Amino acid sequence: MTEIVMSQTPPILHRPSEKERKYDRQLRLWAASGQAALESANILLVNSGSGTVGVETLKNLVLPGIGRFAIYDEAKVEEADLGINFFLDEDSLGRSRAESLTGHLLELNPEVQGDAYPNENVKTLKSLLTHSPVFTTIMYTHPITPENISLLESYGQQHQTPLVAIHSAGFYSYFRIHLPGAFPIVDTHPDETATTDLRLLTPWPELVAFAEELTKDIDNLSDFEHGHLPYVVILLHYLEKWKAEHGGSHPSTYKEKTEFRRIVQSSARTKNAEGGEENFDEAAAAVLKTLVVPSLPSGLKGIFEYEHTHPAEQRSGFWLIADAVKAFYEKHKCLPLPGKVPDMKAQSKVYIQLQNIYKARARKDAAEILETVQATPGGQNIDPAEVELFCKNAAFVKLINTTTGTISRADRLREAAAQEFANDENAEMTLQPLSLLPIYLAMQATAHVEDWPSREEILARVAKMVPGSDENERVRQAMEEVARAEGGELHNVAALTGGMVAQETIKIITKQYIPIDNTCVFDGINSRCQILRL
Amino acid sequence: MPSGQVYPSSEPARWKYLDRIRTRAGPFTVPELFNGETSAEAQEKMKVLVIGAGGLGCELLKNLALSGFKDIHVIDMDTIDISNLNRQFLFRQSDVGKFKAEVAAAFVEKRVKGVKITPHNCKIQDFDEDFYMQFQIVVCGLDSIEARRWINATLVNMVDDTVEDSYKPLIDGGTEGFKGQARVILPTITSCLECQLDMHAPRAAVPLCTLASIPRQPEHCIEWAHVIAWDKEKPFPQLDKDDPEHITWLYQKALLRAREFNISGITYSLTQGVVKNIIPAIAATNSVIAAACCNEALKIATSCAPYLGYPDNNYMMYSGNDSIYTYTFRHEKKDDCPVCGVSARELQVDPKWTLQELVDSFATRPEAQLKKPSIRAEGKTLYMQSPPSLEEQTRPNLEKTLAEELGLVDGQEIGVTDPAFATVSFKFKLKFT
Ligand SMILES: [Zn+2]
Repeated sequence: MTEIVMSQTPPILHRPSEKERKYDRQLRLWAASGQAALESANILLVNSGSGTVGVETLKNLVLPGIGRFAIYDEAKVEEADLGINFFLDEDSLGRSRAESLTGHLLELNPEVQGDAYPNENVKTLKSLLTHSPVFTTIMYTHPITPENISLLESYGQQHQTPLVAIHSAGFYSYFRIHLPGAFPIVDTHPDETATTDLRLLTPWPELVAFAEELTKDIDNLSDFEHGHLPYVVILLHYLEKWKAEHGGSHPSTYKEKTEFRRIVQSSARTKNAEGGEENFDEAAAAVLKTLVVPSLPSGLKGIFEYEHTHPAEQRSGFWLIADAVKAFYEKHKCLPLPGKVPDMKAQSKVYIQLQNIYKARARKDAAEILETVQATPGGQNIDPAEVELFCKNAAFVKLINTTTGTISRADRLREAAAQEFANDENAEMTLQPLSLLPIYLAMQATAHVEDWPSREEILARVAKMVPGSDENERVRQAMEEVARAEGGELHNVAALTGGMVAQETIKIITKQYIPIDNTCVFDGINSRCQILRL
Repeated sequence: MPSGQVYPSSEPARWKYLDRIRTRAGPFTVPELFNGETSAEAQEKMKVLVIGAGGLGCELLKNLALSGFKDIHVIDMDTIDISNLNRQFLFRQSDVGKFKAEVAAAFVEKRVKGVKITPHNCKIQDFDEDFYMQFQIVVCGLDSIEARRWINATLVNMVDDTVEDSYKPLIDGGTEGFKGQARVILPTITSCLECQLDMHAPRAAVPLCTLASIPRQPEHCIEWAHVIAWDKEKPFPQLDKDDPEHITWLYQKALLRAREFNISGITYSLTQGVVKNIIPAIAATNSVIAAACCNEALKIATSCAPYLGYPDNNYMMYSGNDSIYTYTFRHEKKDDCPVCGVSARELQVDPKWTLQELVDSFATRPEAQLKKPSIRAEGKTLYMQSPPSLEEQTRPNLEKTLAEELGLVDGQEIGVTDPAFATVSFKFKLKFT
């Protein structure tokens, strides 16, 4: 939270640079910090099959300006590629697909670097992984050989690189994000309306004094002053009155709150020129939403209770701050104040005073947490801005991809299948959409490079993954749809999936917004997605 | 069960993957509607109209060309701005200032052999029904509600039960940041854009008195500079929101005002954002939404799979802020839809209102959103915005009260027209409060 210091010097006018103008529409989403992260990203695409979904993803990353990318693709461009891939043309026929794609993608943004593999010097995926500068994210598309998957997985483990597996065929697709360890996000961008935290039930002395001062003679205020009391002040005033009449307790049940709301609403002056008061309407409307005893949000609770699997993880800035926030919470029974005051009817001066009271309190809380952090070994180098951001977003901080014990991936898939099929049994009653896991199973059975399998073979592989699922009617339909495409992509589904994967990659690189955890399945027949944890 | 038979199209090697899907049935294909032998050929003969050659439009053109459509038209009156280049991937730095429709059409035509793309550098309102009648599908990638409502009303109006070719499915996409929606409208058969208007409620305007005397937010200072200071001082003859000099003037004014009231947070970027009502936009989201739209276009054109709008769901919402969430549902057609409904929509009014108050209320009501309404009741003209002679003649009515002086009664039907919807008359029924 950077404060603009008011001074008497004339404003220095900052007009946007050429680059800021070009990226204006995205800087409004992820700001300069997110853009800097993107510009230092180095992304590898290991491309195969009909080869479109990964390229569509890269297009959506080159445009906003990632630093560099590499494409590893052993295919030569064929006629069929031109019917599906926009970044190839007649001149590409017979040439290296990686090279043609890289050339056409680079035309999109002169600020991005890109390389094509294999080439004269680097002939295999293995040698690329050994000789290239470290990749920050790797995407690979199905079908792919199991050998290449294990190469990439061990690279990911060694360099802590997120991997994204993408599979698009016919009307179906899925992608799975494999993050190296638990992934915390502070800058989650919650909806504006969700972030209001006014602490009306636990006001601190400065806030109480401010409200008392404005309302001490409330009945004799002029209509203008009365009609411009900020709703925060109105609510604090009537809460004090309520407490005096109810043995010191707040309205806590729904019934009490609606009664309190009625009191507030009926205290508005109606014989004034407007025949009512907007600020009292605002106050009444805010009662149910703001008079709540704060509880620890489940996301943060998970973070407080999280058990580290790697000692290195524990010493990261995020976890040092999280520990300090936890200590703060245990001591004060509340989170650090975010400090934001929503707009409300009020006189300018009064509103700014109120805003400053909240800001001062937020700064005090953040300072206390910073002090705790700095007193911890390794905490001296933490950027105070990082602490401030954490405090501002504390209620919305999120941790994804936490480990689920020692259960193997194969077992997890079976568990998920049991759960999904059971849900489907009740879908008619619960009105829940049907599971898209059948699509994942049918596609997963054709995920490796080989001659196209028969229907029986696909079903046999599905049964091997999840015993008995080959009997499921919806699995059989999905298998038929998969068989129809024979592994070939539809451009639209590849483009749609490429858009989703690009969004997720941006979220992971910028550490802003919340990525999926961890598999997304898309059904282009019904135009919908489902997120599964597999 | 799929027949397994692929019917190769005119260029079998090129369309190998597409032909597997568009010429052979899958488990969800409706057999009565599908003919694999002719589906590719029929699709290639279709004419598709794309409205908008911006963020969605560029994607739509690429996707349609690679979905096997051969004859595509595109309308856009805008020219290319530098801020388009982060997502409108058919444009380069050297194209800045040129017409979007023209550059986009030429690019896709050159890249995808065999597709014909006809650009129109103009407004959709410049064309009449004869023009729109030539298309079989209309796909919209617009950022303005007004333009969407206009094409929706036009396509609904064109439906003639006796002419089979008069039904033009309208596919509409929209995005904002990481979110978006794709929907299919079968005019007069399924819920139309006007039925869904309340899903796009206009943002509440800041009251003038807040701007004038009690600003609290940086946005209030910017709006003050925009609405009040500009009009008073007229630093340039006409405000051009794309001229950095003009934005700088507003920015400076807002900054001084903010300083006077101790308000912080004014930046050039915020000034521009507020004045131009900028919606954040990225390539990734456009990619999702445009592809969802074109996926439906392919299904509608070939019947190779059920499409949105048939048999039930017609609307897909997409959100990528927090994980990925899609909600695909059926938006119900409204009987009282002023465009496609059969009965008049109820309009809550105070009988003591003047006609002026009623006229003003049309702009802000989520269910109406008409900025320049002209009003008739039982064949009698109450107020006309144009031509000037008629406006002058009906202007005295604006002062009169609805019930007492104009003699309107509870339950009375009124007809409303607006220059933004040339041919359409909206039906409303007055409900006195
Ligand atoms: Zn309608």
